[in-house]
Amino acid sequence: MNRFAALFAALDGTTKTGAKTAALADYFRTAPEADRVWTVALLSGRRPKRTVNATELRLWAAEVAGVPNWLFEESYTVVGDLAETIALLLPPSVAHADLTLDAAIRGLIRLTGQSAEARKTAVLTAWAQLPAVERFLYNKLLTGGFRMGVARGLLTRALAEATGVEETVLAHRLMGDWDPARISFAALIAGDAGGDARPYPFALASPIEDGPQTLGAPEDWLAEWKWDGIRGQLIARPGAFALWSRGEELITDRFPDLASLGDFLPSGTVIDGEILAWDTDKHRPLPFSALQKRIGRKTVPKALISQAPARMLAYDLLEDAGEDIRTSPLSHRRKRLEAILAALPPDLPLTASPAIDFTDWPHLAKIRAGAREAAAEGLMLKRLSAPYFAGRKRGDWWKWKLDPFTVDAVMLYAQAGHGRRANLYTDFTFGIRHGTDILPFAKAYSGLTDAEFGKITAWVQKNTLERFGPVRKVPAELVFEIGFEGIQASPRHKSGVALRFPRMLRWRHDKTVDEIDTLESLRALIPTAD
Amino acid sequence: MTSSVLTFTDHGLYCPAGDFYIDPWRPVPRALITHGHSDHARPGHAAYLATTEALPVIRRRLGPITAEGIPFGQTRQIGSATVSFHPAGHVPGSAQIRVSVAGETWVVSGDYKTEPDGLAEPFEPVSCHTFISECTFGLPIFRWEPQPQVMDRIAAWWAANAAQGRTSILGAYSFGKAQRLLAGLPALGPILTHAAVEEMTQTLRDQGYPLPPTVRVTPGVTAKTHPGALAIAPPSALGSAWANRLGPADEAFVSGWMAVRGIRRRRALGTGFVLSDHADWQGLNAAIRATGAERVFVTHGYTVPFRQWLEEQGYDAGIVETRFGDETEVGLETAVTE
Repeated sequence: MNRFAALFAALDGTTKTGAKTAALADYFRTAPEADRVWTVALLSGRRPKRTVNATELRLWAAEVAGVPNWLFEESYTVVGDLAETIALLLPPSVAHADLTLDAAIRGLIRLTGQSAEARKTAVLTAWAQLPAVERFLYNKLLTGGFRMGVARGLLTRALAEATGVEETVLAHRLMGDWDPARISFAALIAGDAGGDARPYPFALASPIEDGPQTLGAPEDWLAEWKWDGIRGQLIARPGAFALWSRGEELITDRFPDLASLGDFLPSGTVIDGEILAWDTDKHRPLPFSALQKRIGRKTVPKALISQAPARMLAYDLLEDAGEDIRTSPLSHRRKRLEAILAALPPDLPLTASPAIDFTDWPHLAKIRAGAREAAAEGLMLKRLSAPYFAGRKRGDWWKWKLDPFTVDAVMLYAQAGHGRRANLYTDFTFGIRHGTDILPFAKAYSGLTDAEFGKITAWVQKNTLERFGPVRKVPAELVFEIGFEGIQASPRHKSGVALRFPRMLRWRHDKTVDEIDTLESLRALIPTAD
Repeated sequence: MTSSVLTFTDHGLYCPAGDFYIDPWRPVPRALITHGHSDHARPGHAAYLATTEALPVIRRRLGPITAEGIPFGQTRQIGSATVSFHPAGHVPGSAQIRVSVAGETWVVSGDYKTEPDGLAEPFEPVSCHTFISECTFGLPIFRWEPQPQVMDRIAAWWAANAAQGRTSILGAYSFGKAQRLLAGLPALGPILTHAAVEEMTQTLRDQGYPLPPTVRVTPGVTAKTHPGALAIAPPSALGSAWANRLGPADEAFVSGWMAVRGIRRRRALGTGFVLSDHADWQGLNAAIRATGAERVFVTHGYTVPFRQWLEEQGYDAGIVETRFGDETEVGLETAVTE
C-alpha cells in the first residue's frame, strides 16, 4: 500500500487543486493497474463491504494498545475519526509488509463470513506489519468511510489527464454499478463497466443569491418549482430498468410503486426528475418527512406505500429512443420529454414537473413567494439553449430558494465534531422558551465560521455544567439565529415539532436568553392541514 | 489537605511555609517562575525568582521587574521551605521546581519534555512524594517520533521547496520551538526570521546557546535576495502579508497538535510537522514513574482522563484547576506554548 499511501500523503499535504490533480494523474499513470481501479472506486464512493464491525475494531485496538476501553473512547472523542484513533494508539509496527492496495482489499473481502477469531488474527497481523500512514488507510478500508478531499470533478480531470480520454466521456463511463473486484483499469476507462443500467452524471444547479435580474431575457429561461424530494434518474433500456439517486445509489427496489413505469416507457428512455411522496387527493407533494420514512428502508411495507405513494416529477430527458441527447438544447429535450409523457397511460406515477409561465422577473419573484403553498422549496431556472452538462457548472442552471424560516434560540448542549472539526465543539442542541421552561427543540452543526466555533469551544470548556460522555451541558446563555426550511408537528419530539435542515445563521451576541423566541411562535409556523 | 507543602489558591500554587507562589496568574509579592512562556511568567509580581538561564527571556518579555536568577540544582531556603530548580527540557532555561518542607517533598513540573532536543537543558527526574505534572498531551494517541526523524522530514521538505524555487515558511512558537528548529536543522540555505522570532533568538544567542546565523525579514529581504530560504515565524504570520512578500512559498506548521489530522486540516494548511516541546503519553508516564511519587496532581491539558488513568495505575491522583480553563485541552491555536 505504499504507493497508495504516498498518493494519500500528497493529496492530504496540499490544499491546492492543481497539485492534487497532478498527484492523482501521476498515480493513474504509474501505480499497479489493479490498485488504480480500487482507487477510482474508493474516490467515487464505492467501497468494499465492511467485514469487521466498529465495536470489534475498538476492542481489538484497545487490547493491542494496552489501554482501557474508556480511554480508547476518550481518545476517539478527541481525534474524531475511528480509523485515525486506532492508527495513533497502536504501538509502532515491527515489520513492514509490502502489500498492494488490491491485495489488502481482497484480503478484507475474503474475511466475509469468517469467524471472529480468524478476522481478528488477520487484522492484528496487518496492524503489526503496516507503517503509520498505511495503517491509517487500512483502517479506513475497514471502517468504510473514505474521504480524501477529492471531489468527483477532480478525479475525472486527473483520469482524463492520465488516459487522454475526454473528461465528460470519462465522467459517464465511471457512473453506475461496476465492481472494482472484477474489472480491469483498461476496461473501466474504455467504458466497458457500468452495464446496461448505467446512469449519466447529474447536472447540478448553483444558488443564485441576488435573484435573476442579471440573467437577461426571461424568455431564454425555463422556470419550474424546486421540489423537496430525492433527485433521481430513471433508466428504461432493453433489459434494464433502474432508478438511481443523485448519490449514485441504486434505489429501484425502494420504490416498487414506480416499477410499473418500466412496462410503459419507450425502450431507451432516461429521465432526470424528482421522486416525491404524493398526496393523491390534493394532487401535490407530501412534506419531505413523509418520504423520509421510506428512504432508509431496503424494503418498504405496503402500509407505507399507501400512506406515502411515490411519484416522479420529470425535469429532463437525457436519452431518447436509445440516443444520448444531452448535447441538444433544453428546449428540444423538454419538448421530447413532454411528448413521451403525453403518450403514457394517464394514471402512472410520472408526470412532467410543470413549467411556470411568467412575464418578467418581478412577476417570477411574486410566484416564488408562493413556493411554500405549492409545497416547493423555491424555483429552478434553466437556460433553454443549454445542453445537459455533467456536474456543477455555473451559468446555465440556477436554484433560487426561498429564504429560510428563522427563530432565535439558546444553546443547551454541545458536542465535539468529527473529521476536520475534531476537537472543536460544533454540534449543538438548542432550546426555545415554553412558559418558564426552556425546551430543547433542534440540533444544528453548521453555519458558523471556524473562528466562531473556536470561541464557542473555549467558552464551552470554561462553562461546562455537566458531562454526559462526549456531550456537555452548558448554561443557557449563548443565543443563535436558527434557520430552517420547513416545520412539522412531531409527537416523537419533546417540543412537539420537527424542523427540516436546521442550521445556525448567526451568533446573536446582541441578544440574551430573555429575548429568545417561544414555542408558541414556532408552532404557529406549522402548515395547517388545509 | 492538612499541612500541605503547596496549596491551590485563586492566585495559583502557593507555599505557606515559604510564603511564595509558583507561576501565579495574579500579581503576588513573590513568584517562582518555571520558564518564560507567557502563561507561566505573568507580569505584575513584586519579586521574581527563576533560573539564571530563564531570566533574560523573562526580562525581555516583562520589561523592568525585580528578579533574581538561581543556577540549576542550587538549593535556597525560603522561610521554612527548601527550594531548587531542575531542568524540565521544555525550552532553554525551563525548570521543574522542587519544594521541600520538613522532609516532605513536592515537585512542580512546569511544562516539560523528556526527549533531549539538543538546546534546552535535558529533563532530569527529581524524586518526590508529590508530583504536579502538566498533561497537555495526556492521551495515548500522542506518541512522538524521535526528533532526528522529524528534523529529517522538515529538511527534506525544505530541500524540495528550494529545488522548486519556493521559500519554506515554518510556523513555530517564537520562543522555544523556533530555536529548537534552528539548532536541529541542517544548513541547507539561508534562514530568515520574523521579528518576534529574531528577538528571542538573539536573546538566547547572547546567553551563549549555540544557534546558527539568521536574517531578520525587513523590507529589503525577499525571495530574490535569499533564494531557497527557510523562514521561521509565529503561527499567526502564516498566510499573512508578511508571508506574501517571501514570494512563492510553501507553509507548514510545527506542533504536537499536528498529530491529529482534523486539527491539521482545520488550519487549511497542507503540511504539518509533529514536533512538541511537551512530553507525549510515554514521556508523561515515564516521568511520573521516575519521580517515585505516590501522589500526582495533573494540570494543563487532558486532566480528566489522565487523572483517571493514573488512579487506575495505583496513584493517588488529583486535578489542579487552572484559572483560565484549559485552552490547551482542545489544541486551539491560541495555546501559547505549542
